[in-house]
Amino acid sequence: MRRTLQLLALLLLLSTGVLWLATGANRGWTKTSVPVKHLDEVTGIEGIEYRPRFVPGLDFLGAVGFGAAALGGFSLFCRNPKTKEHTQP
Amino acid sequence: MKPKLLILTLFTALTGAGGAAPLDFDFKDPKGVNNITFKLDAPLEAISGSANGISGRVSFDPGNPAATKGRIVVASSSLTVSNPMQKEHMQSDKWLDVAKYPEIAFDVKELKNVKTEGEVTSAEAAGTFTLKGVARELNVPVKLTYLKDKLSARVPNLKGDLLVLRASFSINRGDFNIMAGQVEDKVANAIDLTVAIAGAAAR
Repeated sequence: MRRTLQLLALLLLLSTGVLWLATGANRGWTKTSVPVKHLDEVTGIEGIEYRPRFVPGLDFLGAVGFGAAALGGFSLFCRNPKTKEHTQP
Repeated sequence: MKPKLLILTLFTALTGAGGAAPLDFDFKDPKGVNNITFKLDAPLEAISGSANGISGRVSFDPGNPAATKGRIVVASSSLTVSNPMQKEHMQSDKWLDVAKYPEIAFDVKELKNVKTEGEVTSAEAAGTFTLKGVARELNVPVKLTYLKDKLSARVPNLKGDLLVLRASFSINRGDFNIMAGQVEDKVANAIDLTVAIAGAAAR
């Protein structure tokens, strides 16, 4: 049980880190939409349209880091199942 | 008969050239391209976003750009940033209070230092900028581009002209009663605004 929780915490931390890097390592707040520019040929104005997209920021990393630490800490209170003691014949 | 006709023709031509009525441009963009971007660069945090709920009318005379007058309105609720919590805070009663002050407006009274080259007019627009119920006189550097007969290129089956208005200027949120003097390390006092909008005058 203890080992499983610790592995889960590590997996959570690693997968979030990979997700953060893969989505552009945003050092600001987490975004749920991103501005997309498109040029109007006639006027030369760049229109801005917000499209839904999840971009994790440092706040998200921090929250997951805190969660993983809590999980790891909780695991210390769990005991591994007792292994059967072998007695010498 | 012939001299009379000549005088009449000359009179028509002269009054037509000199007394052309100003064109009325509507800035409610059916294509939703018109936008105003804002940027706040504080020591600890940079915030940027845009607004596209733009409307208003501008009276522009291509023969006399100095006589330009009008009003541009931005719906406060159309101000958007990428973080939903930040957007909620920005629109709350603590900051912009969009429920109580649904409009941000600039009333142009006159153009100063007008310079026209071809279809482009550069000037300073003098007028009243109203934000969160506070009105202040501002001089904003603007660039107006008059695109004659270009409306049909943008909106098929509609003949007329386009007027592109561009401006970049800064305001201080403290001047407009927006959390004056507070949390300036995270939310800068200076707000940089960039306007890029087009109005249409159909015929």
